[in-house]
Amino acid sequence: MKLVYFAWVRERVGRTDEDVELPDGIETVADLVRWLKSRGEEYEYAFENEAVVRAAIDHVHAKPEAAIAGAREIAFFPPMTGG
Amino acid sequence: MTVSIRIQAEAFDVAAETAALTEGRADIGAVVAFTGLCRDEGGRLTALELEHYPGMAEAEIAHIAAQAQDRWPLLGLTIIHRFGKVLPGDPIVLVLAASSHRRAAFEAADFLMDYLKTRAPFWKREHLKDGTAGEWVEAKDLDDEAAQRWL
Repeated sequence: MKLVYFAWVRERVGRTDEDVELPDGIETVADLVRWLKSRGEEYEYAFENEAVVRAAIDHVHAKPEAAIAGAREIAFFPPMTGG
Repeated sequence: MTVSIRIQAEAFDVAAETAALTEGRADIGAVVAFTGLCRDEGGRLTALELEHYPGMAEAEIAHIAAQAQDRWPLLGLTIIHRFGKVLPGDPIVLVLAASSHRRAAFEAADFLMDYLKTRAPFWKREHLKDGTAGEWVEAKDLDDEAAQRWL
């Protein structure tokens, strides 16, 4: 599964994207965030306020409880500030 | 129904885009144009840098445009959003909404901007006059409240 990061989430994680092999039991976006935070302090920092960071599954906005089975690309980013 | 959605680094010309939308059409009675520009925030900024999520930006704007078409009797839509570095005074975003009558065009343009600001994956970062890269612009609660009006 490919993970991509944008704006200050990207800067805090320290990379634009990565391919990950998920362990069993990671079923939702929230599970994925919890697993990422266990991987190092850069992830801990990026997701320190979990309610702020948004997610998208295959280019569609997704809530923390959304299932990630079958997803090709999951993105994490701050609230949007375009327009 | 003509829908044109573009994500681009280059600036755009409102008059040329309006002409392209209405050319050869005798059914359009109203075109509302909204242009969002880069401010210098009282002289503090030299530029804004816009990051976007390629692929999702196009998909999300198409989704927002489809919602507008479901809600109002539109005859044409043009949405352009820039990425990269933009200077104070430069255009960032354009929404053109065409309809037979003005009300639908006004409301659709208003709706599209509220949704673009809160749902399209773009992020602004400030570049400051002292030459340093400033902060990422924070999302405003007011923008969320504006988008809530349409629910």
